[in-house]
Amino acid sequence: MFDQALEGVKVLDLTQYIAGPFCTKLMADYGADVIKVERPDGGDPARHLGPFHEGDAHHEKSGLFLQLNTNKRSVTLNLKVPSGRFILHELVKEADILVENYAPGVMDAWGLGYDALAEINPRLVMTSISNFGQTGPYRDYKASELVLFGMGGEMHSIGMEGREPLKQGGNVAQYEAGAAAATATMGALWAADRDDEGQHLDISIFETQLGGVDRRHAALMAYAYSGRISVQQAGWLGPTFASGTLPCADGYIEMAGGGHLFPRVIKMLGNPEFLQDPKWLEPGAGADPQLQEELNEFFIPWLMERTKREIWEEGQKARVLCGPLYSMSDLLEDPQFVGRGFWPKLEHPHTGPVSHPGAPTRMAETPRQMRHPAPELGQHIEEVYGHLGYSRDDLTRLRERGVI
Amino acid sequence: MTTLTNGKTAKSTRLPLEGIRVLDFCVVWAGPFATQLLADLGAEVIKVENIHHWQPMTRGFVARPNKDSLPDLPPMLGGYPDGDPGPRPWNRCPGFNNLFRNKKSMTLDLRQPKGREMLERLVKECDIFYENNVTETMEKLDISYEFLKSIRPDIIMMRVPAYGSVGPYRNYRALGVHLESVIGHSLIRGYRDSDPSTNSAIYMGDYAAGVQGAFTVLAALHYRKRTGKGQLIELAQAENAVNFLSEAVMDYTLNGRVQGTLGNRNMFGSAPCGAFPAKGDNNWISITVSNDAEWQGLCEAMGNPDWCKDERYSDQYARWKNADQLEEELSRWTVQYEKYEAFRLLQSHGVPSGPVMHAGDAHSDPHLKERDFFNRITHAEAGTHDYPGFIFNMSRTPPVVRSAPCRLGEHNEYVYKEILKVSDEEYAQLEAEGHIGMDFDPEIQ
Repeated sequence: MFDQALEGVKVLDLTQYIAGPFCTKLMADYGADVIKVERPDGGDPARHLGPFHEGDAHHEKSGLFLQLNTNKRSVTLNLKVPSGRFILHELVKEADILVENYAPGVMDAWGLGYDALAEINPRLVMTSISNFGQTGPYRDYKASELVLFGMGGEMHSIGMEGREPLKQGGNVAQYEAGAAAATATMGALWAADRDDEGQHLDISIFETQLGGVDRRHAALMAYAYSGRISVQQAGWLGPTFASGTLPCADGYIEMAGGGHLFPRVIKMLGNPEFLQDPKWLEPGAGADPQLQEELNEFFIPWLMERTKREIWEEGQKARVLCGPLYSMSDLLEDPQFVGRGFWPKLEHPHTGPVSHPGAPTRMAETPRQMRHPAPELGQHIEEVYGHLGYSRDDLTRLRERGVI
Repeated sequence: MTTLTNGKTAKSTRLPLEGIRVLDFCVVWAGPFATQLLADLGAEVIKVENIHHWQPMTRGFVARPNKDSLPDLPPMLGGYPDGDPGPRPWNRCPGFNNLFRNKKSMTLDLRQPKGREMLERLVKECDIFYENNVTETMEKLDISYEFLKSIRPDIIMMRVPAYGSVGPYRNYRALGVHLESVIGHSLIRGYRDSDPSTNSAIYMGDYAAGVQGAFTVLAALHYRKRTGKGQLIELAQAENAVNFLSEAVMDYTLNGRVQGTLGNRNMFGSAPCGAFPAKGDNNWISITVSNDAEWQGLCEAMGNPDWCKDERYSDQYARWKNADQLEEELSRWTVQYEKYEAFRLLQSHGVPSGPVMHAGDAHSDPHLKERDFFNRITHAEAGTHDYPGFIFNMSRTPPVVRSAPCRLGEHNEYVYKEILKVSDEEYAQLEAEGHIGMDFDPEIQ
């Protein structure tokens, strides 16, 4: 049996939805003991978001929740009542890390702000994830994935000129924020171990986009340096040779083949006679509509005679940067991912065995382990509260009073 | 208390990763973003570069762009300070410079025997070796985990290939946009009424690799502290990024359903949910309504017009079913308002909403000003500008700008003389042999 990298790290997880749970999932999957503290009335709201197994909107059947909460333990606790907060204090005493993503001010209103918790446990690293951060004029504003990506990310330059700008797929910005928070939290844990003193981390999803690497940092720099603002365009460089999302026999292939990369495309196409002319490699040639048309007379039929996978393979032989547009069914069948054992099956009591995305990183000495699937709501109440000294009778009374 | 270059004040001068040294063999964005996070946390990151080798998309699109060609390049590649590449364009490219803050740059030619010797001496002094090249590149350079471990037994080696170092795609090349196509992202992010050929290139895979890579290195450090053992870690960028698309993956594995694009809508039944026109040219406001309370807020903000009372919009399910008509009605309202005006009005009624901000909007945003988000940095060859700031805030050990984005070879003296204890004489020899310099070969265009 391998060790786990974060064995012995104790995390109190007061998060819900996506960004927070993804942050604590990373810790749990690499070995931390993560106790998920859920509200007694329905638990983490992500339990009520799809995709649901067979469309059944049951709180133990949300694919989103099942993926985001692997390896965690679940207890319920009503933080709105004093006895709930008393129990939380007891849990805080033993924790290294507490992560929460309530609206700013909520934890303070419950008497659970950083200053209060640091008095109980000065070594505690407390990470607060919120839409806009714990301070500033937008602090209490409401947001969504779309709103946050539109403000923080480079959505402004995605899509077709003259049409509405487009977000990226799914809830990617919230995952990015969660992983950013996990990284910062691990840094703070390192400092807490060294200095014997914790601290409070303020993660603004808005800022994780603005300072992030998906073109936003670059667009912000370009504006600061030159006053230029990115505009919507298809592809990656604007009009140039063999670039963007291109149709082929059975779908589409994404390719970056213009500019200094065009010789690779010429090689992929089998060095045809007409592409030997030096005019094709002159600076700016790719922007010439006449040359584009001349190329496409040959190139489009070449693409349409081949499948996306064939083009991918031929392109890679010539070092062309490209990749097929896969659907999820293409992806789940792809030999690279299957061959690397990337789709572990987890057995869930309410859904049966289900394939999940595999480990994001493969640590040779401390590989990620799926110790157990996402917990049922309150599954670990007896275990966790029993450890604090609560008897079965105590727990019954707490249940009756709506504390757990 | 120390006053820092950006005016922020730190309570502790000891950053978390002080004393940890990272050898950075990273290219483009995915690797450099990870080492930037480690640098922001206080690690000493040494970027190893070669003045005889130009790595595209790492310090620019090309090394020496023609000034006249800059307007043809998108701003992130062509927006050099004052529209001028300058004598050393590789120190001035907007697409990359921000990733070099708090790092050091040294130059070394690994293809010469002396370069190999210097690398070995450097590895001995480092805790972490971080690279994100095509698998075969490290093989050509004869750099493996076994090699690093033989010099530095507790080293942590992080490798970040596109699809993994094992398997049929081990040497496949990709930018973020290509591997995102492979993991199914490209097919779920276009317009609902258009085919994917209108997609703009985006690079969330780079972001995902950067944050997760930095996280894993920290986990490995934690393990090393406990056991004294380093290790080899592999982050296959495609595998890693799949984790950021869980909803679409799980819909397929649970239900066999292949999701298509939702445009700006979401799979949780929000409606309206989109970017709607605001007053002026190319101005947009995003709005997401997911429940009755938010809908009531939206109706109030609009002054409760009659169309809101239509039974087609009477509950969340009805609004979702009739979202097209609903959003058309809403657009007629939003277009009368300036985007920030609509933002404030809608937020005052509790409606999740926000302007679609371009780079200029962000630079003048009042919230970011109050939170002191941007860092004003003076760079020796680029001048003084506001750089996008840190993605995390820490109360006791806040990240700070310790040094401006590193210029090519800027820290050669420091690395060779202070870390490697190279004599002045040997340094001069290394310079003569072409290891040390601040300019790429003149032949490199």
